[in-house]
Amino acid sequence: MKAPDFDYLLPASLDAALAMLAEHGGEAMPLAGGQSLMPMMNFRVAAPEVLIDLANLSELRGISIEGDTIRIGAMTRYAELMADADVQKHIPIFGLALPHIAHDAIRNRGTIGGSIALADPAAEMPALLRALNAIVEAEGPDGTRMINADDFFLGMFETALDGELIKALHIPVATSEQRFGFHELTQRHGDYALAGVAVVQTSNTYRAAFFGVADRATRVPDLEQALEQQDDMASVLEHLGNIDFTDDLKANHTTRQRLAGVALKRALKGMTV
Amino acid sequence: MSRSIDISLRVNGEDVRATVPSRLNLVDFLREELSLTGSHVGCEHGVCGACTLTVDGDTVRGCLMLAAQADGKDVITIEGLAENGQSAQLQAAFTKHNALQCGFCTPGMLASAIGYVNAGGIADREAIRQHISGNYCRCTGYQSIVNAICDVIEEKSV
Repeated sequence: MKAPDFDYLLPASLDAALAMLAEHGGEAMPLAGGQSLMPMMNFRVAAPEVLIDLANLSELRGISIEGDTIRIGAMTRYAELMADADVQKHIPIFGLALPHIAHDAIRNRGTIGGSIALADPAAEMPALLRALNAIVEAEGPDGTRMINADDFFLGMFETALDGELIKALHIPVATSEQRFGFHELTQRHGDYALAGVAVVQTSNTYRAAFFGVADRATRVPDLEQALEQQDDMASVLEHLGNIDFTDDLKANHTTRQRLAGVALKRALKGMTV
Repeated sequence: MSRSIDISLRVNGEDVRATVPSRLNLVDFLREELSLTGSHVGCEHGVCGACTLTVDGDTVRGCLMLAAQADGKDVITIEGLAENGQSAQLQAAFTKHNALQCGFCTPGMLASAIGYVNAGGIADREAIRQHISGNYCRCTGYQSIVNAICDVIEEKSV
């Protein structure tokens, strides 16, 4: 289908965009790369009255290293992340994960901030940011707010943003104590995952964020603790029972739980050295 | 007002000016306003790859970009790729290997394949499969398409 009608606005600055967002309130949606929002509009799942295109906001661009974190502008495209030497060096898990995010033509348009703001439960980026213990920098009428990725995703397509736009993501630079793993199971390479997981190991502690399994990117504290205690894999996987698994046409909750376990085992097997 | 947008862009090397509805997809603009019907419209949600185009040198989905977003951009369609000779080798290889039957996916497949070849992609079947995983073909089973792309890369490297 085709998208319903909307007003198209192209602000030249972040302040102008925030003013437009404030003026139009719930009727407006920001447009980043459009690789998820456009399909949703074409399906008429999303029907904003006003579309605010963030393409010209230079404030949302750029990648820089600030102390022990790397700051990535929200409008950075996946293809730009894959090509960036600092990202490759300091966020090794992106090297494992980004090739699984859709396809070349979509990675040329899709942005890191757009994926986070949309909070699709099957998308890779929310889980990656949770596993990496990243911080979301949001800009609103009342100024800047730093939100932990763990507190950012509130449900299916629901985030902690409140009249704000994501300005940048802050990701801790990888240390020599860290190892990274990533695995997802899909019907076709580049499709949304039926189940997947991003794992960050720091010394003997773990952060494992699952995606495609529930209404949001999900961590299971008991499971992470079991990994830390080096419990046998069967007991580790038992903690997957804490997740409220999704049922849909592609896979029911039993299948998803099984696939999440497979993804975790494979991610742990393929950890970076 | 902001539901119709003035745009000016380059399409296959020619300057184009138009006033378009805000909701118009780039691929629909190219097909319906400019009669460039080489790019096909399949799923309209970015899954099938039939509408793959080149914008400022990058392959993109024509159905996931608004015509309004193409303002100031340089768009090359399959017609442009054929005219400037970029797709000639691949087209010949596709014919030689029977890498198409109905032809619906072919323009998008060629655009994706050109992206792979131009980016210095290697003649590795697995890598090619992964690259064209964003383009559905319901006739060939992909085998012959991969053969054709491999052929072109191997010929180039000789």
